[in-house]
Amino acid sequence: MSGLDDSAKPGDGPLWREEFPVRAVDERLVTRRQFAKFLTLTSLGMLVGNAWILVRSLFKDPAPASVAFRIAAASEVPPGSVRLFAYPGPNDPCILIRTAADQLYAYSQKCTHLSCAVYCDATARTLECPCHNGRFTLEEGRVLAGPPTRPLPRILVERRGDDLVAVGVDLQVRA
Amino acid sequence: MFGYEFYVDPSRCIGCRACEAACAECETHRGVPMISVDFIDRSLGTETVPTVCMHCDNPTCAQVCPADAIKKTEDGVVQSALKPRCIACGNCVVACPFGVPKVMVKQQLMMKCDMCYDRTSVGKKPLCATVCPSGALSYVRPAEIALRRERPVNTFRFGNQTVTTKVFMMAPAKREEIAIDVADYVWEPR
Repeated sequence: MSGLDDSAKPGDGPLWREEFPVRAVDERLVTRRQFAKFLTLTSLGMLVGNAWILVRSLFKDPAPASVAFRIAAASEVPPGSVRLFAYPGPNDPCILIRTAADQLYAYSQKCTHLSCAVYCDATARTLECPCHNGRFTLEEGRVLAGPPTRPLPRILVERRGDDLVAVGVDLQVRA
Repeated sequence: MFGYEFYVDPSRCIGCRACEAACAECETHRGVPMISVDFIDRSLGTETVPTVCMHCDNPTCAQVCPADAIKKTEDGVVQSALKPRCIACGNCVVACPFGVPKVMVKQQLMMKCDMCYDRTSVGKKPLCATVCPSGALSYVRPAEIALRRERPVNTFRFGNQTVTTKVFMMAPAKREEIAIDVADYVWEPR
């Protein structure tokens, strides 16, 4: 009559009794209903989270405020050189390239794949991301190779007297 | 309800079946009473006894259930069989020493008294105890029942099996346990 012994504690009995205990509090296996509940609630949470992100993106101003920012004096960036700066905020690294032909290009330095810093490969006339070999054209920031799917955001640069000034960001999002 | 216990006193039962009628009113099992009032020996007398689930500490019905359908809650109440699991095999009916579980053949489900879990879990008395006119079914504090002459007992011996229960049976004073040997009830020619 060991199975009917009142003093029997969990752990004393056979494995099947531990897995299918009489006392509801001793149950440790996940029931089908609990699993279904978990799935439903998790999916619901994901749905609400995604809806929140969608709603927030609808009300967010897509274009950051265009404020002028003095990058450097033109004499500090001779043709064929590169200068790093931050625009529009201090945590937005950008790269300014002045080609040997005295053309100015500036892009966000964050690769559109996983935000690694891109650098200028002057001989190939591309911007290269070393993390996963993403490549962008120097002239347009268009994707040439690698995992990125969107072009690099372009920084609009103006010459004001002797200064090079960033005046805005073109996200280059084509509709 | 914290501090309240269920007491069954068959000596007070007058056989009015108010408990059966009240139990059948419950919307969780409408029309089917989970308590039964039985004659002890109809040919010899009119004594009746109400049978409710005794809510054993180690319920035999759950021990023999092959489908893991009978569960005991943390507050000591043995629940009716879980509908998605019960296979209506009737093992519990055969095994229960008190004869409480009943298999509803039409629903393919064992149903039994769950001490009105929907009521007692929110601080109400079981329906049968609220309607019993003679106090054969009482849901009171132990101090209240101690005023009675009979003594509450919750240890039962059925042959070699000792069962302790959540529900108390009122026994003659000085009685520590209620012992029943099934062999005593086997019919023998005189």
